[in-house]
Amino acid sequence: MKILVCISHVPDTTAKINFTNGDTEFDTNGVQFVINPNDEFGLTRAIWFKEKQGAHVTVVNVGGADTEATIRKALAIGADEAIRVNTVPTDGFAVAKQLAEVVKAGKYDVVICGKESLDYNGGMVPGMLASMLSYNFVNSCVGVEIEGSNATLVREIDGGKETLTTNLPLVIGGQKGIVEEKDLRIPNMRGIMTARTKALNVLDPVAADAKTKAVKFEKPAPKSAVKLISPDNLDELISLLHNEAKVI
Amino acid sequence: MSVLIYAEFAEGKFKKVALELASYAKKVAETLGTNVTAVTVNATDVSELGKYGVDKVLKVTNAKLDKFNAKAYADVVKQAAQKEGSKVVILSSTTDSLYLAPIVAVGLDAGYASNVVALPVSTNPFQVKRNAFSSKGFNITELTSDVKVIALAKNSFGLAEATGAASAEDFAVSLNDTDFNVHIQSQEKASGKVSIADAEVVVSGGRGLKGPENWGMIEELANVLGAATACSKPVSDLDWRPHSEHVGQTGKPVASNLYIAVGISGAIQHIAGINASKVKVVINTDPEAPFFKVADYGIVGDAFQVVPELTKKLKEFKANNN
Repeated sequence: MKILVCISHVPDTTAKINFTNGDTEFDTNGVQFVINPNDEFGLTRAIWFKEKQGAHVTVVNVGGADTEATIRKALAIGADEAIRVNTVPTDGFAVAKQLAEVVKAGKYDVVICGKESLDYNGGMVPGMLASMLSYNFVNSCVGVEIEGSNATLVREIDGGKETLTTNLPLVIGGQKGIVEEKDLRIPNMRGIMTARTKALNVLDPVAADAKTKAVKFEKPAPKSAVKLISPDNLDELISLLHNEAKVI
Repeated sequence: MSVLIYAEFAEGKFKKVALELASYAKKVAETLGTNVTAVTVNATDVSELGKYGVDKVLKVTNAKLDKFNAKAYADVVKQAAQKEGSKVVILSSTTDSLYLAPIVAVGLDAGYASNVVALPVSTNPFQVKRNAFSSKGFNITELTSDVKVIALAKNSFGLAEATGAASAEDFAVSLNDTDFNVHIQSQEKASGKVSIADAEVVVSGGRGLKGPENWGMIEELANVLGAATACSKPVSDLDWRPHSEHVGQTGKPVASNLYIAVGISGAIQHIAGINASKVKVVINTDPEAPFFKVADYGIVGDAFQVVPELTKKLKEFKANNN
């Protein structure tokens, strides 16, 4: 089984978000970048398949050379090889198009993406990629088992879960639950050393026009100070929620 | 040319998000000088959509579509958009709609923007304001394609009643066998419990609750308010509560009207998950807890005393106000 894991290079979840150049660009100053957490859950599941069922795992990122530290981390976690499509990502449509070319060239059976990246939160790449490839697709995936060419998946629905079956080839939009956080792997020294010798192939991008562009950024308006209420005066809280905030 | 919405219908009625979508689409259509068409799947009475601004409903009735199937439903929306010549297609932010929206976008060769939180900043060029960086910022996105697909964030616009009635038209879609390659085997839904996704009010507990045995008081408070229960990441990591209740950047996002946090200090990842909620109440013993910086109302106090007392007083309030 050939598995391709698509990884995004995103600001760490604790990063403070600021914008620069007249609020037209994300300010990367002092920001640590990591593998998108939703992708890391998928990567860990792929490594599980490799260890238990003999899969070959490739990671791919669409991005400039600055993303290579993130890609190397994925190799250190256990991916066999890596691909970087050498272009700065513009929008989800263009990224999906680059990834579709990689999938076609490598004839992957399973493609695992995070259901969304934690920077732009677009949630568009997995579905677009599946559509472009005419692969089967399950989003918001919190469980996956594969036997031969049959897959059984669990996806989150509003207010519950559902179990689905389908065949390979398959695109998965994964999230926490596809593995648990405690099962995520921290690269050890051996993994880090081995990662240095694994192939990281840099590919030229194909022509792909973006259909959206980020024009400007804004930060939420500053909040007024919290109104503190004495624990001995809960009637005041109820009154404020009813009369001022109008939420009860 | 009409603006098209996909109106989700479940358990005999339109979901509230479908009515919010109709209200929003009406305003967008007015700006564009056109009207609103809704496409529905196996809906029975569609008159309610008219009350929120929909002019025409395309009714798809097909037993094969009894269960949600992203690819087949995407075909429905795509074919409806093509029939109407719609340049703007709007979906909601339910798990199902977010599943099918990117497929619709590829089918229509359209740009797609999700998490849209307000009416378009401009319609020529077509620019929308959307949540990004897990609600730590907004992004003005321009859709440069001929057809535009957007998904409206939940609770971001509200309901706006309109006058008028919607006409209904049966709409036959053509579906392929490959649309049904993914099969639903079973569903597991928490019954009788408000889900975080649908909740207007969420009551959430953190490590300050000291253990899973103390969750009864969170549930009681939630019951009084008709709220969903949720928790912080450490709580789900400790298995005090299921992961499905974990709210935050890597858990579930919450866009409720009221979010009550009990014993949660307010890590940056948790705040990112609840930022879209309108009113935030924090109960914590530590006056220095970072959550107080983003809260609207705060109580510095012991949850084990405050929560039962608050529940009691809310019961009285509800009894007197219903």
